[in-house]
Amino acid sequence: MTHYEIKSQKELRSGMGEGLIETGRRNPDVVALSADVKGSVKMDGFAKEFPDRFIQCGIAEANMVGIAAGLSLCGKVPFVGGFAEFVTGRVYDQIRQVLCYSNKNVKICGSHAGISLGEDGATHQTMEDIALMRALPNMTVLVPADFNQAKAATLAAAEHVGPVYLRLGRSKMPCFLPDNEPFTIGKAQLLNEGSDITLFACGHLVWEALQAAEMLEKEGISAEVINIHTIKPLDVDAIVASARKTRAVVTCEEHLFNGGLGDSVAQALALHCPTPMEYVAVDDRFGESGTPDEMLTNYHLRAADIVEKAHKVIKRKA
Amino acid sequence: MKTTQELQTIATQVRRDILRMTTAAKSGHPGGSLGTADWMTAMQFNILDHDPDHFTMDGNGQDMLFVSQGHITPVIYSTMARRGFFPISELKTFRQFGTRLQGHPSTEHGLPGIRMASGSLGQGMSVGIGAALGKKMTGDNHLVYTLHGDGELQEGQIWEAVMFAGAKHVDNLIATIDYNHQQIDGTTMQVMDLGDLRAKFESFMWTVVVIDNGNDMQQVLDGMARAKSLTGQGKPVVVILTTEMGYGVDFMQGINKYHGSVLSADDLPKALAQLEETLGDF
Repeated sequence: MTHYEIKSQKELRSGMGEGLIETGRRNPDVVALSADVKGSVKMDGFAKEFPDRFIQCGIAEANMVGIAAGLSLCGKVPFVGGFAEFVTGRVYDQIRQVLCYSNKNVKICGSHAGISLGEDGATHQTMEDIALMRALPNMTVLVPADFNQAKAATLAAAEHVGPVYLRLGRSKMPCFLPDNEPFTIGKAQLLNEGSDITLFACGHLVWEALQAAEMLEKEGISAEVINIHTIKPLDVDAIVASARKTRAVVTCEEHLFNGGLGDSVAQALALHCPTPMEYVAVDDRFGESGTPDEMLTNYHLRAADIVEKAHKVIKRKA
Repeated sequence: MKTTQELQTIATQVRRDILRMTTAAKSGHPGGSLGTADWMTAMQFNILDHDPDHFTMDGNGQDMLFVSQGHITPVIYSTMARRGFFPISELKTFRQFGTRLQGHPSTEHGLPGIRMASGSLGQGMSVGIGAALGKKMTGDNHLVYTLHGDGELQEGQIWEAVMFAGAKHVDNLIATIDYNHQQIDGTTMQVMDLGDLRAKFESFMWTVVVIDNGNDMQQVLDGMARAKSLTGQGKPVVVILTTEMGYGVDFMQGINKYHGSVLSADDLPKALAQLEETLGDF
């Protein structure tokens, strides 16, 4: 199978920060807003290079979303940065009304998403954000898999016209994708071809899925690994084509069962190609404090957990 | 520019439109619409520097208005149509399936003059601040206006925006408060005492202008001119516009039930009898 090397350990939020500076250099209309967390969400580099294009909003996320919508009217391309929970769930109605229903060209950068946030605990560990954001008409939902892809996704978000949610984690995670690969919104990324089962993964769990595929290969099971970095619009064709080939699916995400990648894939398969399927996700519960490693392990989001679900679903194959 | 007399004439027709639209739709919000009819008429025809024939989403080179209390669509649409943003005859489609005149303002249906959905209360000032900052960034010296219900001031986001605009010197923004002391569940005093609005805004570093009678066209014109003269001085400007909900129809005035209740087909002629058809009904 295609082997991927860990080139470094980097934070996805930092990939966004680098991408933001780069898109800021390309496009003078790109502006950034943050709610007293510019360092945490890695917007400080942009703020330093473009002080006149960075708006410090204070601890007031709802107002920040409205300001971004107003700025977009004037031709600006606002990037709104905050902890994922506080720039999605906390301001869901603001996003709904002035970004999605009004279809404004604003990018929401949600850092510290998922349970791998770790020590801060469940108040800050959103695992519902994909569900919330993908429910909204006009919204595009991007969940890059590593630092390099987070940077590329940021550039792609800037080029796309319309509201975008960009989901980013806090912790250092394996960086394994090429550093100059363009990001195509809505196009699933085939990372490994296989024939016995398909692992659809997003975000931090793409690396785990690749590890799971290597483990399965040693057992003689050929696993296809597809990175669904765009939850919406979903690449239904790629999902259906792979499921039709392998006839068994496991979805892998750092999110709740409800409404995330798994449900997105399940919906596509139910409509077009009913296929035995298992979820690797967090089942209807909140997180807790712990190290990122402890969280991923204890909430069963590891390669070994994916392998276990793979065995289970393969038994269900007709 | 219209004379005060001409604006009064238009406002009377706008009030007829409001009542006829809401009764025909059997829904909508006539009370606040009647109360703000004078201000909205003054804004559309005299105060705003804008061009209905060349509406652009970016509003570059024009003033912008965001009505945050989106439920007063009857007065928004009537004044827009009378100003020439779209055909007056389209008012008869208000709230009907397939209309551009949605129950609350929307951009999705492509009505010229609307730049942002509103009606989920508390959000319009933030949007106005963003547009005002955008104008500063693009070197456009036109102004951004917002309108808010007084009950809407109970929304927390309003105060986030008020704090931001004062602290960040957003001095190309004029926010107007429709101070009619009424909201759905009763008077503002009964529901949630708003306290001393002037002191509140001043403590947030705003300049305050008071219009004692927002249903007196001359006072509206003078007050808004004064507000405009106070922009560009490092502070946002707020206009506290005292109005009467339901103004113009004696049996609707000051009655909060007309916030979201419409006149029956039987009561409509009694109300219209108090409002001369000055410009022709739609």
